[in-house]
Amino acid sequence: MSRYLLRRLAIAVPSLLGISIVLFSVLALAPGDPFEELASNPNVPPAVAASLRTKFGLDDPIMLRYLRWLMAMLQGDWGFSFVSRMDVSTLILQRLPTTLLVIGSSQILALAVALPVGVLSATRPYSVFDQIANTLAFIGFSLPTFFTGLLFILLFSITLDWLPFVYRADLGVTGWRWYWEGARQAAMPVAVLGLFQAASWTRFVRSAVLDVIRLDYVTTARAKGLAERVVIIKHVVRNALTPVVTLVALQMPAVFGGAIVTEQIFRIPGIGSLLISSMLANDTPVIMAVTFVLACLVLLFNLIADILYGWLDPRIAYR
Amino acid sequence: MDQQQLRGLIGAVKAGQVSRRTFMRRMIGLGLTAPYASLLLTHAGVAAAPATFAYKPTKAGGGGTLKTLFWQGATLLNPHFAVGTKDQEGSRIFYEPLAAWDPDGNLIPMLAAEIPDIENGGIARDGMSVIWKLKQNVQWHDGKPFTADDVVFNWEYAADPATSATTIGSYKDVKVEKVDRFTVQVRFGKPTPFWADAFVGQRGMIVPKHLFEAFKGDKSRDSPTNLKPVGTGPYRFVDFKPSDMVRGERNPNYHEPNRPYFDAIEMKGGGDAVSAARAVIQTGEFDFAWNMQVEDQILTKLETGADAHGRIEITAGGNIEQILLNSTDPGIEIDGERSSLKTKHPLFSDPAVRQAMKLLVDRASVEAHIYGRTGVATGNFINNPKRYASPNTKWEFSVEKANKILDDAGWKRGHDGIRAKDGKQLKLLFQTSTNAPRQKNQAIIKQACQKAGIEMELKSITGSVFFSSDVANPDTFRHFYADMQMYTTTMGAPDPEDFMRQFVSWEAASKANKWQGRNVPRWQNEEYDAAFKASQGELDPVKRAALFIKMNDLLVGDPGVIPDVYRPRVAAISKKLRVLLSGWDNDFWNLKDWHREA
Repeated sequence: MSRYLLRRLAIAVPSLLGISIVLFSVLALAPGDPFEELASNPNVPPAVAASLRTKFGLDDPIMLRYLRWLMAMLQGDWGFSFVSRMDVSTLILQRLPTTLLVIGSSQILALAVALPVGVLSATRPYSVFDQIANTLAFIGFSLPTFFTGLLFILLFSITLDWLPFVYRADLGVTGWRWYWEGARQAAMPVAVLGLFQAASWTRFVRSAVLDVIRLDYVTTARAKGLAERVVIIKHVVRNALTPVVTLVALQMPAVFGGAIVTEQIFRIPGIGSLLISSMLANDTPVIMAVTFVLACLVLLFNLIADILYGWLDPRIAYR
Repeated sequence: MDQQQLRGLIGAVKAGQVSRRTFMRRMIGLGLTAPYASLLLTHAGVAAAPATFAYKPTKAGGGGTLKTLFWQGATLLNPHFAVGTKDQEGSRIFYEPLAAWDPDGNLIPMLAAEIPDIENGGIARDGMSVIWKLKQNVQWHDGKPFTADDVVFNWEYAADPATSATTIGSYKDVKVEKVDRFTVQVRFGKPTPFWADAFVGQRGMIVPKHLFEAFKGDKSRDSPTNLKPVGTGPYRFVDFKPSDMVRGERNPNYHEPNRPYFDAIEMKGGGDAVSAARAVIQTGEFDFAWNMQVEDQILTKLETGADAHGRIEITAGGNIEQILLNSTDPGIEIDGERSSLKTKHPLFSDPAVRQAMKLLVDRASVEAHIYGRTGVATGNFINNPKRYASPNTKWEFSVEKANKILDDAGWKRGHDGIRAKDGKQLKLLFQTSTNAPRQKNQAIIKQACQKAGIEMELKSITGSVFFSSDVANPDTFRHFYADMQMYTTTMGAPDPEDFMRQFVSWEAASKANKWQGRNVPRWQNEEYDAAFKASQGELDPVKRAALFIKMNDLLVGDPGVIPDVYRPRVAAISKKLRVLLSGWDNDFWNLKDWHREA
């Protein structure tokens, strides 16, 4: 087991290096300039933009810039934002709690919907409940989040005037009101993201359960005279959930990455909106840090998923 | 209008025969800025008439939280590093300049005790210096007193090239000296009629010496105060998350009585302009939303809604959507660059084609069908809002006249309906950035050109490429590898000089200056150059104004540039909120006076 872990971690190093090289060169080759707004402003002498470029090392060759970035990253320095002139790590850490809260709750909501609905549909395939659940699931994952987001805003904020549609990380109130206001402003984004995710997970859970429910050992369990509830929960779901766990684990990096479109619509100050505003401003150190950290998380959660898999299913051995 | 006429007009204002406002309208119609026109009057001894704004609250505080929404949030809070207006607005909550520009171009004292003029001895008669007297009861948010040393320090800080301050343009050519604890003198290298630049308005905000002294020059980026401003303004710093939120609380020691009204302020960033307008006008979640770049139809619909919580306010400023005609040939490559100064444009070198082009821009349709209140047709280079409409500026749209000019110049229609002369067909490439109103605007011009026998190919380029200063990318507006292009220029400075510099021959963008030259159309005009040079040394503001007007006429008459629509600033404001916005300064220029009415 530990040898397996070591080997996987050793493989991760060249993959991360490769990823960082690709990311860095794509960003370096992309058009745009973080100081373009200065350059097109007639009141700012061109020398200012030029001196800023030199100061931030933008005029150096790509190789040199990459090596400098790599050395800094190895020492835990994530870089310095051109646009905000502060450490990238501060920028990211400022926004992480909001992203974790909103995306995390949406994933929990998705699981809370997908598990019971998926299992119930599978135990009664082609029943009225299954048909309705299927239809809703298809509608759910064919509607993009930017559309449902706008629809929710139009309905709940503008027509009904129940919920605010601008998310404020710092509400300026304390105690019970903080929880209440927080819940109100998070309701729409969490619902939009959670229901979208729930739709596809429901389908997945349903097919996983259906695969298992036909197996002989389930018939045996039933023949032993066990209650249907026990058969489903103890015998079916437990085995059916192994692939679902993998799926959820692989989804975890997204919790850290935020949801670009939804964050933009609801003005949630999360990692996703940081990424998009940095892209629009050509703030390469921030884009580089966010994408690279996401790449690391993807690799990490892949590993965790593989390990979990073996733990859940003893038939799988690590070599 | 020459300088004699101008003098006559100023005399008439002085004698009370012409109203101040009429004078301002005419000057703006002639291509001057409101601050510059106001300066002409002050110089002639006509008293300033600040825009009236009734401040009702009788005590400071008690107004709750002022919630403002900026669809682009502030990314940094050091006014000397401000990249766009969003950063200036964020800084303006905490920092103040010595004086600010009101909507009519009057200087209003903020940290200055009074506005310098010739009578009070503030302005030297030779135009070589100006003396600012400072308010004496002002404290920084940390309790330290604000003195002349702070003002002098700001000059040292911003003028040092190693600091890389974006405000350097206002400070590099002046010398600032302390006269006594509350007086500073700004000295100019040459006679300078427009003295109100350093320490004034958007680029004039003053940062405390005691916190920035150790971080001048190379170390500027390491200052902790860059992120935690300590100023003199009406609100004290609480919290800052770049491009998301700036929060401030009432400064109990603010130097003006009964101000500010609000207990706290929030500047929320992110999202898009349309939903920001909704949050103010439809749901009332916010009190103020900045820079509503939204189609006027949508704004009108929101505003006239059944229970609208807010209104739209339109403020005259200095932005204009313009069409540039390339003076050089984008089709020939010489020494590794196209649009080289060594070439002449094959079609635009014929004045008839340029004149015809000028007649083919249907500004009325552009205004009516695209921009509405947010883009007013103008024939003048700098700006011409309706309320300043001047009889001197005119523009015309006439396909017949354009056809006649082209016919007379010998451009004959071919079999395909496209005009040609000496084997050259009238085919033009017209580029702009990708942006729905701009593409509609292009289509309107193309349609008119078709009727005049000119074939036009339209091209739109992603904004991040078009506006970049990337030397290697041929699609930037600076390379200008097309026959015509369109974009908005911002007139950030109240003095027209920087703006006019964009069309002098030696500023032409070329490979040699890495396309950093300001003169993007590569327009060359000796008369303009001479007028510009004369204006630089000209001490008499009236003569200088006449020179600016002449430059404007040359540029628009030739034309090197065709003005399209004037873009005023548009803000969405809660119905109860009372604000005074100025197009010549930041929206937050008099934040101290903002209040709510029941």
